[in-house]
Amino acid sequence: MFDAKIPAGPLNSKWEDYKGHCKLVNPANKRNLEVIIIGTGLAGASAAASLGELGYKVKAFCFQDSPRRAHSIAAQGGINAAKNYQNDGDSVFRLFYDTVKGGDYRAREANVHRLAEVSGNIIDQCVAQGVPFAREYGGLLSNRSFGGTQVQRTFYAAGQTGQQLLLGAYSALERQVALGNVKMYNRHEMLDIVKIDGKARGIIARNLITGELERHFGHAVLICSGGYGNVFYLSTNAMGSNVTAAWKATKNGAYFANPCFTQIHPTCIPVSGDHQSKLTLMSESLRNDGRIWVPKKQNDTRKASDIPEEERDYYLERRYPAFGNLVPRDVASRAAKERCDAGYGVGTSKQAVYLDFAAAIERYGNIEVGKRQLSNVSKEEIIKLGKEVVAEKYGNLFDMYAKITGENPYELPMRIYPAVHYTMGGLWVDYELGTTVPGLYSLGEANFSDHGANRLGASALMQGLADGYFVIPYTVGNYLADEIRTKAIPTDHPAFVEAENKVRETINKFINIKGTKSVDFFHKKLGKIMWDKCGMARNEKGLKEAIEEIKALRAEFWKDVRVPGEANEFNPELEKAGRVADFLELGELMCIDALNRRESCGGHFREESQTDEGEAKRDDENFSYVSAWEYKGDGQYELHKEPLEFVECKPTQRSYK
Amino acid sequence: MEHYNMNLTLKVWRQKNKNDQGRFETLQAKNISSEMSFLEMFDVVNEELINEGKEPIAFDHDCREGICGMCSMHINGRAHGPWDGTTTCQLHMRAFKDGDTITVEPWRAGAFPVIKDLTVDRSAFDRIIEAGGYISVNTGNAQDANCLPVDKNKADLAFAAAACIGCGACVAACKNSSAMLFVSAKVSQLALLPQGQPEKQSRALNMVAQMDKEGFGSCTNTGACEAECPKEISLTNIARLNREFIGAGFSSEK
Repeated sequence: MFDAKIPAGPLNSKWEDYKGHCKLVNPANKRNLEVIIIGTGLAGASAAASLGELGYKVKAFCFQDSPRRAHSIAAQGGINAAKNYQNDGDSVFRLFYDTVKGGDYRAREANVHRLAEVSGNIIDQCVAQGVPFAREYGGLLSNRSFGGTQVQRTFYAAGQTGQQLLLGAYSALERQVALGNVKMYNRHEMLDIVKIDGKARGIIARNLITGELERHFGHAVLICSGGYGNVFYLSTNAMGSNVTAAWKATKNGAYFANPCFTQIHPTCIPVSGDHQSKLTLMSESLRNDGRIWVPKKQNDTRKASDIPEEERDYYLERRYPAFGNLVPRDVASRAAKERCDAGYGVGTSKQAVYLDFAAAIERYGNIEVGKRQLSNVSKEEIIKLGKEVVAEKYGNLFDMYAKITGENPYELPMRIYPAVHYTMGGLWVDYELGTTVPGLYSLGEANFSDHGANRLGASALMQGLADGYFVIPYTVGNYLADEIRTKAIPTDHPAFVEAENKVRETINKFINIKGTKSVDFFHKKLGKIMWDKCGMARNEKGLKEAIEEIKALRAEFWKDVRVPGEANEFNPELEKAGRVADFLELGELMCIDALNRRESCGGHFREESQTDEGEAKRDDENFSYVSAWEYKGDGQYELHKEPLEFVECKPTQRSYK
Repeated sequence: MEHYNMNLTLKVWRQKNKNDQGRFETLQAKNISSEMSFLEMFDVVNEELINEGKEPIAFDHDCREGICGMCSMHINGRAHGPWDGTTTCQLHMRAFKDGDTITVEPWRAGAFPVIKDLTVDRSAFDRIIEAGGYISVNTGNAQDANCLPVDKNKADLAFAAAACIGCGACVAACKNSSAMLFVSAKVSQLALLPQGQPEKQSRALNMVAQMDKEGFGSCTNTGACEAECPKEISLTNIARLNREFIGAGFSSEK
């Protein structure tokens, strides 16, 4: 079972062709077909709503108290779509091309092209649902630009685009709940997949309030549970974001693809101490106006304002004159790490660089003076006018920064540092979003399919909604059309009993270890290993050490973790224990994958594979493939390679100089 | 910014489950950095409780960046604590000083029963949305997004209403436990947009009916909800809801 099922024919007609020929299910049969959806972020909520509308019996699960809480809600910047409303030369092909190139030629062309094709429909759908996108005075939709592109194709709702899109999908989902087409299970966590005759046929879920284990049958199961960035402990992910659903799928035979492809976002608020529980992103849009710098002198302890212009090193502008502060995320992150490692970092931790708006404030101030035709304006007044413009553009981000750090970014430059933000890797899926287990699908960040080795800004929201609204309704139907004769399998089937027993055993094991250290203790330790050795830069020696350290940590966890409370009650520590246990396995696989990929590409930087100038060097001859890992028992994985073919986008070495 | 450490006394509501009566427990939080967030302070306290073999305090939280609406602590008598326009997760310990006593309770409202400690059940909000907080449009039916221009001012107002994170602070702050600010934010968002017009009357009627059914109280225009809302949702939304509701009563064809 390792066929990407890419339809034949030219790239731009594959999807039309697929839609015209895939199997359909008649309405009467749809009412008897049950679909289970894990996760209610953009991918899960949009899939649940769309499949409910079609008439399938849908059961949707989320661990939060409401589907509206999913972490898609935190996306700030925007969503890309090839609408070409700005008449600036955008097209489906350009969005497709930018995404493949931005992914450093490690994504599948056919999937990315389909994503670009449906991108416009997403915007139409969201507007029809009442998503309040930003508009121009003429009443039409507004666009802005984002990293890695030369056109304005990003639609946005201030700095809360993810929130508005998710609430749109959430209301569509709740409408289907009211109509009885979707049954929603809040505060439920999926803890295993049930397979019967090789097909995914259901799940075991834990009711997080009562602790009860429940069996749910489905003709198909959709994993829409997001990314696994929390393996690093500190990330911009929500505290509850986890890999558990995807990992249980992996242990039931679904391949896990490109686990080492992690996106480290360059502009996050730096760590302030050991107590830190999560990191907060400052939108990429800030790099449109902010200038990034460090002192030219090592270990400079002066305040930013005391360092004169000629003693500042605007290192991105120096190293990459063509793109300057707007280089892609992976490049900007590595450059910041390089400066800090060399001793030029700022702030108390020395693990930070400045993002400075002083020049932008002055520039905008002067523009205002011109616009308003003012004369005899003092420097202070210019600065004041400039601050007003910056506040209008980025006010909510500046406020957030001030709340967290206690510093005023209008007066002092922001301190920023890269942080784990997104994971391009995930469950391997074919063109139909099906995993290697029949009947088991994966959508959104949980799958690996569209972003290659590096995701461009404003593309995650696009992918989640494309998968849920416009792809899965066709592709899952193609599978379910052959299932109309399968009656709902009673959940006293031995496969359900066995799966439930296995889950119960694991839970009891957690409770009964009664060790000496908290779950967080292990999670923090794992995060440190991952960040130090499988983070922004990786090398053979470090990765080999990391694998041994993770194995040892995992053994210690299963001997010495302390999970207070009982299994049959609301027990957040028990929930965390299950998630960290899975991270302790995934972390090892990420290192194995990073060790295997002896090239640098996108977010994956192997120190052994760089140019003389220290830039990432891809190796297309040996590594132009997707790494799909099959679970073979504790710590054992078999590598399957899906070769990547590029017909329309010929790979070139990326250069931003 | 000057950093400092502090020792605090916490009075935290402990309640094993919805049937338990519950009580305040007094705890010491030692060596708390002014740079921590309020929830990170709770992490430190919980870590200590676990190490002592005691049960940690259960509280809801997820994104920790002020947008998911999951966190929900009533701190020193204020929903989400002392800072205006701020969720509990974005509140930082700089707001407190050494020796302070901090009282932390769950949201208090009959329609939000306690699950455990500081965690409450807010599923009533989902059911209110189910009653009509949407536009009835199926996937794939949409026309081109720009075929219908929308007045920018109305779009901006709709966005301001749509910023609601559904945390329930408005209910917790209200002496009547009314959910009018929450309901009005959704009704306003959709009524302000042309796409939401066809259903605006039934939406207002159905959502208000569901709100009443869930046991939320009535609105007496006190404004505590607006004052405590972390997203600063405006009271004018309630006026708009009343207009829609009364208008529907007079002109509904049903």
